[in-house]
Amino acid sequence: MRTLIRSAAATVAAGLALAPGAALAAPSPSPGATAVAKAGTSFLTATAITAGQPVRVGASTGDHLYWSFRADAGQVHEVGVTVTFGKPRSGASTWTVDVFDGLRRRQACTGGAQTPTAERSATSVTLGCTLRRVRPWAEPWSGDPLPGAYYVRLSVTDLPEPDLGAPIDVDLVVGAVDSGGASGDDGELAAPLVPNTRAGTVLAAEPAPEPVAEEETNLTGWLPEAGSRWVWTGVGGVLAAVAGVAGFALTRRPRRR
Amino acid sequence: MINKRRSTAVLLGLLTATALIGPSPAGADDETTEPTAEPPKVELVLDVSGSMRARDIDGRSRISFAQQAFDEVVDGLPDETQLGIRVLGATYRGKDKKQGCLDTQQIVPVGPVDRSQAKAAVAGLRPTGFTPVGLALRSAAQDLGTGSTTRRIVLITDGEDTCAPPDPCQVARELAAQGTRLVVDTLGLAPDEKVRRQLLCIAGATGGTYTAAQSADELTGRIKQLVDRARDTYTATPAAVGGTAACDSAPLLAPGVYADRETFSEHRWYRVPVRPGQELRASVSVALDRPVNPDYGVLLRATAPDGRELVRGVDAGSGRTDVVSAGLRWSAAEEEETAAPEPTPDGTRTARTVCLVVSNSFAARPGTGAEPGMPVELTVDVVTASPAPDGPDLGRGWALLLLLTLAGLVTGLVAGLLTRWWVATWREN
Repeated sequence: MRTLIRSAAATVAAGLALAPGAALAAPSPSPGATAVAKAGTSFLTATAITAGQPVRVGASTGDHLYWSFRADAGQVHEVGVTVTFGKPRSGASTWTVDVFDGLRRRQACTGGAQTPTAERSATSVTLGCTLRRVRPWAEPWSGDPLPGAYYVRLSVTDLPEPDLGAPIDVDLVVGAVDSGGASGDDGELAAPLVPNTRAGTVLAAEPAPEPVAEEETNLTGWLPEAGSRWVWTGVGGVLAAVAGVAGFALTRRPRRR
Repeated sequence: MINKRRSTAVLLGLLTATALIGPSPAGADDETTEPTAEPPKVELVLDVSGSMRARDIDGRSRISFAQQAFDEVVDGLPDETQLGIRVLGATYRGKDKKQGCLDTQQIVPVGPVDRSQAKAAVAGLRPTGFTPVGLALRSAAQDLGTGSTTRRIVLITDGEDTCAPPDPCQVARELAAQGTRLVVDTLGLAPDEKVRRQLLCIAGATGGTYTAAQSADELTGRIKQLVDRARDTYTATPAAVGGTAACDSAPLLAPGVYADRETFSEHRWYRVPVRPGQELRASVSVALDRPVNPDYGVLLRATAPDGRELVRGVDAGSGRTDVVSAGLRWSAAEEEETAAPEPTPDGTRTARTVCLVVSNSFAARPGTGAEPGMPVELTVDVVTASPAPDGPDLGRGWALLLLLTLAGLVTGLVAGLLTRWWVATWREN
């Protein structure tokens, strides 16, 4: 009896621990991550970074700086950027951090100061962008965030022209949180949204028809994957049956020996 | 009692089993990059005109700290990078503008660098003549040669071009529009408005950067950064393609990255073959390489050959930026797929052609030239389609397991209590 109660309590505790709603804090570098001191200047030359990897790079005011990171389904990413000015400036400037997915589609920020304005006297400006949760699948026509590459672009969108070219220091961290709440999502993207970056070739003629692939019929194709709804619900049914028997057994009068 | 223990053990076993089965993390596939035989190529173009004699930086002449910066850059040069050095205004001492404006020489040829020779060549420079920036850029592009990878020119100057025409900015735009991909990064040594405008224009026209360097450290650090960047990114070069004005005659594209040019309010068409069960992914970036009005947009549409629109990607913006991008995904809908491409008798299926059209809504400022068009970067990919999930109305998650278990337990308890009560009443009667 005591064991049963204890195991039930453990189940409840486990359920609570896995519940969604872990609040996002400002992204901080993960300990032990190697710092990056580079930035790309276009989508094709974006510097690849990973979540938790700190970036510190010197640049010139007016540069458009690009980084890219990989995202998996269920994650929520947060980009934090600090721009430190090395020289006095002649006026206020507006800075922007834009995030694009692997198809260069603009991604919405659900939070964070995406386009702050630094006053003339400010010595630094902080930008942030919290992205939407990455979905495992979405219709081709939708703009939902999908697993794959994401691009971060830092630029200054409005400033007095004499300030262009002045030195700045840029600190950037991308934080990732597994947000949970993925039980409502189904489907899977066959190929992540990672752009093909090789130089293309212009075809001379329409490609020849290809033979229709024979559909494979084997047993593994019929078995549900681990983690699918079939498995979860099946296991739930078994647990319910066992709990029912256990509950029934609890109400029996102790047998006299 | 034994029964009870056993049932508890079974319950715990099931719980641990479900914990192990739980959601599995999605795998990430590795990116593969093809090795390129060609080494990265950079040319430093240094202005040695008379104005470089000015002693306005840390009490030293501009040329002396440019020389110091070059020495440090040559010392720290990565082995595989091929570096060339070209100077302008270094030899002609006369007053004849015509002759002075032809004064540009390559003092270190582009190739594996002999460090001591390069340093000696730089150390011997004395500020002298005119500033033929346009001609120097043109010659530097020739020095770097043609090839499949990106070339980088680092232009270091303190004065505006005194020899236009050719206008250096126009030269930069023409060079960028030629077959070879060329990026010009500029460094200005004097806080002068005209110089800044000119260098910004050159950098903007080629997708390069502009830096105002006002100390030796800044200059050295920036040149080193640019040389490193050349090494890191020079292989990312798209293939050139020319889109047409209609879909029928448009070039047929395989997956990859392409570069094209598009002028104001022009439409450029391309075609991509997509087989049944495949998904088309395309993205486009149009670069703002010249001054345009502050509001702009870009539209990428996928249409069927008969002109019917399939899907569109659009983005618009306002203010200073480098590129405007849009992207789209498309795969044939399920019903359409089963109906339309009828499998031919010999068991094959043909690819259908999807037309892509790129258009922009940029507005030229007065005086902005339309030719050559603005750089367009088009990425095309064809991957396996991801069909819509069609699972049954089942549940998932730990909350579901907990709920089902509690429901089972309550049912068992109620059933047990009812049974006890029923047995008790049955015995009494």
